[in-house]
Amino acid sequence: MDQELNAGQQHVQIHLSVRAGGPPARAAAKPSSATPSAKHAGWREILAIATAEVFEIMMGTALVGLQDENQPILADFTAMVGIAGSLCGVVVLQTSAAAARRIAAKMLGCDEADVSENVQDAFGEVCNMVAGSFKAKVAGLADGCALSVPTVISGKDYALHSLANGERFRVSFSFEDNPLSVTLDVHS
Amino acid sequence: MKPACVLIVDDSSVMRKIVERSLRQAGLDVQKVLEASNGSEALNVAREHSLDLILSDINMPLMDGLEFVRQLRSLESAQHIPVIMITTEAGEAHVVQALSCGASGYIRKPFTPEQIKERVIPLLRG
Repeated sequence: MDQELNAGQQHVQIHLSVRAGGPPARAAAKPSSATPSAKHAGWREILAIATAEVFEIMMGTALVGLQDENQPILADFTAMVGIAGSLCGVVVLQTSAAAARRIAAKMLGCDEADVSENVQDAFGEVCNMVAGSFKAKVAGLADGCALSVPTVISGKDYALHSLANGERFRVSFSFEDNPLSVTLDVHS
Repeated sequence: MKPACVLIVDDSSVMRKIVERSLRQAGLDVQKVLEASNGSEALNVAREHSLDLILSDINMPLMDGLEFVRQLRSLESAQHIPVIMITTEAGEAHVVQALSCGASGYIRKPFTPEQIKERVIPLLRG
């Protein structure tokens, strides 16, 4: 059964940009796979490493891993990057508005007060790099599939549902005391 | 090395700023930075300016980075310009495809200023 991820505010802004031929962005809301299939063994750990690597290299920040990966977080920003090819799925990155501003400021090397117009762009790029880093680390995926350009949703009053019956991998982190989660929904 | 005129091509304005900052952090003497958000815009910039270096994303709307390099190399005035692809697409086939289109080098996102320096400086000296 699908589970609602976020609820609260009354309006949602969707900033959608999908490359021609790319898959629709979509994310499931079911518990992370407790015991992944043999085909996907180790993917949760690879997703965690890929995410930590992006934050370390681009922001100089060490993420702190959390254990409660099945807990929904109240995210103000959700970035999605579709994967199509030998693997079909979507990588979803979620965090608070404060964390998204902080991420943009750290990436750009400027004050948080100066990043307002760049927050969505920066957050989408982080998701793009996490997806790219993940597929680079899994044998056969680097050349076997392509990424869509990022989609960023701002606002809380929405739910993400998967229309596919694949596996889900989620990793939760603390980013400078703000919650941050990354999810990979495998569609096929 | 003379001060360089650099074109940065990426549909993300944040990434364009990060690449520019990384070039400066790498110690490159950047005289002028021009920007384009897709391959089509970049071709127009390349036709109108004398460039020393181009850094380009691959996945972009309207015209992607591979098609941009392919068309750039058909311009007589632009055949000598070093072009480095900066992208999340890291597979060997992607690298081979980029090089066969005319790219001079390849950097995978996420990247460090040191990686920029390693790839860029030899191309500008060459």
